[in-house]
Amino acid sequence: MNAAGRFPRTMLAIGLAFLYVPIASLIVYSFNNSRLVTVWDAAHSPTLKWYWALLSDDQIVRAAWLSIRIALLAATAASVLGTLGGVALARLGPFRGRALLAGLVPAPIVMPEVITGLALLLLFVALEEAIGWPRGVGVVTIALAHITFCMAYVAVVVQSRFAGFDESLEEAAMDLGARPATVFMRITLPLIAPAVAAGWLLSFTLSWDDLVITQFVAGPGSSTLPMVIFSKVRLGVSPDVNALATLLVLAVAIGIGATAVLLRYRERRRVRDVQLAAADS
Amino acid sequence: MTPFADRTGRRLIAGLPTIWLVALFLIPFLIVLKLSFSEMRLAIPPYAPFIEWRHGWPVPALHLSNYAFLFTDPLYVRSYLYSLRVAAVSTAICLAVGYPMAYAIARASPAWRTALLMLVMLPFWTSFLLRVYAWIGLLQNDGLVNHVLLALGLVHRPVRLLQTDFAVYIGIVYAYLPFMILPLYANLEKHDPELLEAAADLGARPFRRFLRITLPLSLPGIAAGALLVFIPAVGEYIVPSLLGRTDQLMIGRVLSDEFFENRDWPVASAVAILMLLLLVVPILLLQRLERRALEAPK
Amino acid sequence: MRVERVTKRFGEFVAVDEVTLEIERGEIFCLLGGSGSGKTTLLRMLAGFERPTSGAVYIDGQDMSSVPPYARPVNMMFQSYALFPHMSVERNVAFGLEQERLARAEIRDRVAEMLELVKMTPYAARKPHQLSGGQRQRVALARALVKRPKLLLLDEPLAALDRKLREYTQFELLAIQERLGITFVVVTHDQQEAMTISSRMGVMSQGKIVQIGTPAEIYERPATRLVADFIGNVNLFEGRVVESVARGNIRIACQEIGEIEVSSREEGPEQASRALPLEVRPGATVWVAIRPEKIELSPAREAPGGATPATNCVPGRVREVGYRGEVSVLLVQIPSGRLVRVTCPNVGGGVGPRVARDAAVSLLWHPTSPVVLTR
Repeated sequence: MNAAGRFPRTMLAIGLAFLYVPIASLIVYSFNNSRLVTVWDAAHSPTLKWYWALLSDDQIVRAAWLSIRIALLAATAASVLGTLGGVALARLGPFRGRALLAGLVPAPIVMPEVITGLALLLLFVALEEAIGWPRGVGVVTIALAHITFCMAYVAVVVQSRFAGFDESLEEAAMDLGARPATVFMRITLPLIAPAVAAGWLLSFTLSWDDLVITQFVAGPGSSTLPMVIFSKVRLGVSPDVNALATLLVLAVAIGIGATAVLLRYRERRRVRDVQLAAADS
Repeated sequence: MTPFADRTGRRLIAGLPTIWLVALFLIPFLIVLKLSFSEMRLAIPPYAPFIEWRHGWPVPALHLSNYAFLFTDPLYVRSYLYSLRVAAVSTAICLAVGYPMAYAIARASPAWRTALLMLVMLPFWTSFLLRVYAWIGLLQNDGLVNHVLLALGLVHRPVRLLQTDFAVYIGIVYAYLPFMILPLYANLEKHDPELLEAAADLGARPFRRFLRITLPLSLPGIAAGALLVFIPAVGEYIVPSLLGRTDQLMIGRVLSDEFFENRDWPVASAVAILMLLLLVVPILLLQRLERRALEAPK
Repeated sequence: MRVERVTKRFGEFVAVDEVTLEIERGEIFCLLGGSGSGKTTLLRMLAGFERPTSGAVYIDGQDMSSVPPYARPVNMMFQSYALFPHMSVERNVAFGLEQERLARAEIRDRVAEMLELVKMTPYAARKPHQLSGGQRQRVALARALVKRPKLLLLDEPLAALDRKLREYTQFELLAIQERLGITFVVVTHDQQEAMTISSRMGVMSQGKIVQIGTPAEIYERPATRLVADFIGNVNLFEGRVVESVARGNIRIACQEIGEIEVSSREEGPEQASRALPLEVRPGATVWVAIRPEKIELSPAREAPGGATPATNCVPGRVREVGYRGEVSVLLVQIPSGRLVRVTCPNVGGGVGPRVARDAAVSLLWHPTSPVVLTR
């Protein structure tokens, strides 16, 4: 039973409507036959023609494929680096250089993207001047840039997982003869795995969707999906973009739905386990 | 503090992320800082070398001309002020919309709470770009909003909604709403219901209870949410590009234009540094809040 | 195990202050103290999780100062049990043996043997969250014991259990220890627990060990007022030594309870001198500690045992009666205004306590009952 007053609940309903009406309109008009996204051509709609247009658009398909590949790479590398960073800040106690790491980790998150993008491009240019690498901007520079800001998010997620972490588990492992490396691999890592997974997912989404930073560090030959979409929609609405959006919303909804079902199942199993324990003690 | 890892382990665990961030974040930032003091050249790269040689000694080339330029040309000053204003208004609206929503979610039963949170977060997991794009279609002269206004008889001709401040406010609020709701919810959820019950027992009416107990206790959440929206909003690029005015640009767009259109990298760098200076205080505030939250006793 | 002048400082705060003690093989040694007494810090130094600021820890003659916890022949049972949540009971117990790189068959056998010992064999496949508190504790014990350590450290082992389970587990722990012969070091704040299971115990306060001895020694012969008050209940009276009579008798004049005569309980002369403090001189200020169960009640103005009514006897009025089933705890107000705590077993078949409120009584005790303390 909701204990909040009428005003908050009304605002919640309005707010949720506000959040979903634009998404709904995107979806609806992706089936609209007319190019004028806002005029429903009742005679010929609904139609899948924009979906076919989307899938047969070489530029978009190539860009999507590039974005996914970069996102996979960036998410994985960022998960490793970010986990190390989060572990370092949360579990290593004071060490020389801790202040530096503690200050650097949240920085990419709060820094406006235009500044980060500018800075990274200037670095790559200066590097090329100095040592001849990287030769021009492209996929490599995009990946490096994405890894940088994604790892910050992962580090924050992992670090906050450690709040409320039971240190005695690691101590018990050490007491039983496990050396620090073993403790980390067999005890710590499995226990923070959900946080690392969440960080990976977050990184994937952020990398895949990034526009501003990517625009700075991308070259003429490497267009990511957001770049292609952005250049299209600057000129106005474009129904094949609606189709893309619909596919994306579908994918995300399925993902979230599956996660919810999984979590619900896990929770029910846990409750049953606790009852089992209480029953025969 | 138990010795968690041996020395090489510790060096590795802390060293790798530190080296990466120093190389790919700190140093680039220092380059921006240095470049903001350089002069522009028609060359590749389009700036004068970092170090000048005078009488055989290397001297860092420091020119303040870029900053002078920023302060004298009204375009830039206006952009900064405009960006701050837009960000502030958007944050305020976001707070006004997000707070009741977070409150309602926090007060809901546990089963509802997870579902509602997922509903709020789902848009975030789709694309930022596409969500802002959606509003183009909605705010067009022949878009859904105008349709509704006309149908309801509130206006007689389509209202110009795109390329206005209004559109930018809506865009920012829409895109950043989850960032406002989450910290607010995290804070409100921890409130002890017994506090309110005690207040009721002592004779306080609902609104008064909210004003004197809930609101003050939620101030850290309000601060966190507001900063999480305000700081990125100041440098926003996508929303003003797709929905915003063409006669008055936000500072993110100015930086990008300066860099790509004018090819004036030093001035772009100076714009960036000034932007950072403007945001230094909010950023430090947010860092302090987050550190306090991470280290707070449970 | 030997601890030599071990000190642990956290900045300005001294948690453990120059502690020296020896623990024999095969005994159960309890560190008893309140929170902040330093007992847990001392235990963690034995395990290797804290390094002493000064002093050394020796196990079987070996200096453990530079030995990390995973290399010590010591295992610990944690207060929160610290069972690995993502592993089954069997994997939890096997973990320590896996670190020793034993053959899989041997690991399996030893794990099975240990699970049998703690009666957890049917639960081998369960995960910790599927177990009750008592079951988890047994797994934690098995996990530590399976490595056959020289020393087993137990951090408040019974604190999380309810009363009935606690008593049962106390005896189980004793049985297991006797069977395996491992040296136990137990940290606890529960004096009953300490007295039940330990062969010897050390009372800690503010980082120092105040007294070491068997439970009986500590209870019957507390070295200081602090120990006397910490263990069990006690009535403390201040007094002045009048004279020291031969055969180990001391006459003491107490303001509150009149003149009393304290006798040594031991038969022989050396034991007699051990029983009473050596620095007892006429005129010295001492404290007399009398346990509640050693005080007898009789209706006013009776004096059994032949002692003169004025000595070792004090009149009073019953103010509070607490009926506890086995015993009744009485607060008796004596003429000085003080409330003296008296414990009487509820003998006889009547329902309720033997003595009623506001009854006038005489408090009596045997001359060997009190303990004379000089600090």
